[in-house]
Amino acid sequence: MAKTTPNVPVAIASQKIVSDEVAASRGPWSGIVRAGQFLTIVDLEGNQAVDCIIYDAHDTAIRYSAPTTIAHQRNVFLTHGSVLLANTGVPLMKIVESDVERHDTVGGACSKESNSLRYGLHTVHQHACVENFLLEGAKYGLGKRDLVSNINFYMNVPVESNGMLGIVDGISAPGLSLTLQAERDVIVLVSNCPQINNPCNGFNPTEVRMIITEN
Amino acid sequence: MSESTTSSTEGARLHAREQVHNRVETMPIIPASAAFDWPSGVSDNQKLWAETVEGGNYTTLFVKRGAIIELTDVYGDACAHLALYNATQTDERLNVADTVKVQWQAYLGPGQLLLSDRGRALASILLDTSGKHDTFAGMSHKEQNEAKYGDGDAFGPSPAGRELMILAAAKAGLEPRDIPPTVSLFKGFYVQPNGGLVSTGSAGAYASVWLRAEMPIILLIANAAHPLDIRNEYVCTPLKIRIWEPSPESHQNFPAVPFDVEAERALANTRSYLALKGI
Repeated sequence: MAKTTPNVPVAIASQKIVSDEVAASRGPWSGIVRAGQFLTIVDLEGNQAVDCIIYDAHDTAIRYSAPTTIAHQRNVFLTHGSVLLANTGVPLMKIVESDVERHDTVGGACSKESNSLRYGLHTVHQHACVENFLLEGAKYGLGKRDLVSNINFYMNVPVESNGMLGIVDGISAPGLSLTLQAERDVIVLVSNCPQINNPCNGFNPTEVRMIITEN
Repeated sequence: MSESTTSSTEGARLHAREQVHNRVETMPIIPASAAFDWPSGVSDNQKLWAETVEGGNYTTLFVKRGAIIELTDVYGDACAHLALYNATQTDERLNVADTVKVQWQAYLGPGQLLLSDRGRALASILLDTSGKHDTFAGMSHKEQNEAKYGDGDAFGPSPAGRELMILAAAKAGLEPRDIPPTVSLFKGFYVQPNGGLVSTGSAGAYASVWLRAEMPIILLIANAAHPLDIRNEYVCTPLKIRIWEPSPESHQNFPAVPFDVEAERALANTRSYLALKGI
């Protein structure tokens, strides 16, 4: 994870930079974001799915819950103003800025195993988000039991009136960003999605920039 | 003045033993063959489990591969929150995201599988006379029910689904961190184009869903009001459970459902996994 150039999104231009890293294409990333601090994710080359799970840094049994978040806002899409809730109902982070209209939290993370169902057994040995989560999560003592529902920033998953849903072409673009503010101290676990069998990364996984800032 | 009947151990034992013939609507019936209300054609030697779970309660079931599980919303206001695990390796469990994504369908119905995170089927849906289910909103949590009904404890008048599920999980040696996102049966929701969730309510009394266990599973069921139930009072009515083992001769009595190509691959993965493991 290399240090990046100094130009940052306008939303955080006046803030103090705590860390500024690039998540390698196809790789994992993690960071601890303290209560009140901000995490900005820059989609450097456009339409790069950023799979993300959030844990309470002091009790990892308290973790992001897609159903709790969806039920609270009565909407399946994450957008500007969405509060990301834990399984216990407590707020973990809030989306305070988003250049992209909406993000997904229904489609989950790709895995070698689910790839075998979606695309065939020939994809089983391709790298996948669950592998990234397991590798990076192990640094915090997190394992398979801890991989729950996740967020897919910059991923587009419409639900049709007949219930059909799927990952379709993205609505992001190079340089667009979003900013989250931590409501408590959190561990943010990220897989910079390596999927090449559907359009979630424009069939070309690329780097994303992860900037932690504070006022 | 007569002495209390429970003032001695002898009397207390008699008092305890006299209660055993009491009957309530929501209880297990053992043996299962003593229960009424089975689908026609199920003979006594096939009957494995019979229980009715009251609204605001839960059950933990260990179910053999191939068994058929019938869940019935007796009065039209049950809400069965389900969590499923591979009984031989519990870190393999229901993955709602994979269930809807892999099968390209958010609304549960016959022919769909409840998929694990390992590309395998935990259970398949054979029959559904309700069509009112939810894969999005999960269970209510304690503080939510406290705010809405004044109480959210498992032992209170308006238990949160999550509180009940924590207990159901504990009976299988599982902790709160083992509870994945759940699906719920008998309360319907659909998604508007803008992502909004809209209730489609209940299908009414006596709607049923038949599941088949596709591997040995642990099935946790919390019968608790849906988190987006619009009523101000806590409404949740009994859920009837019947589980039986289909006999080869009676297979023609069970519905044949068409599985999509992704589901067929999941069933193939599951059969191969179980064969290799010797199950």
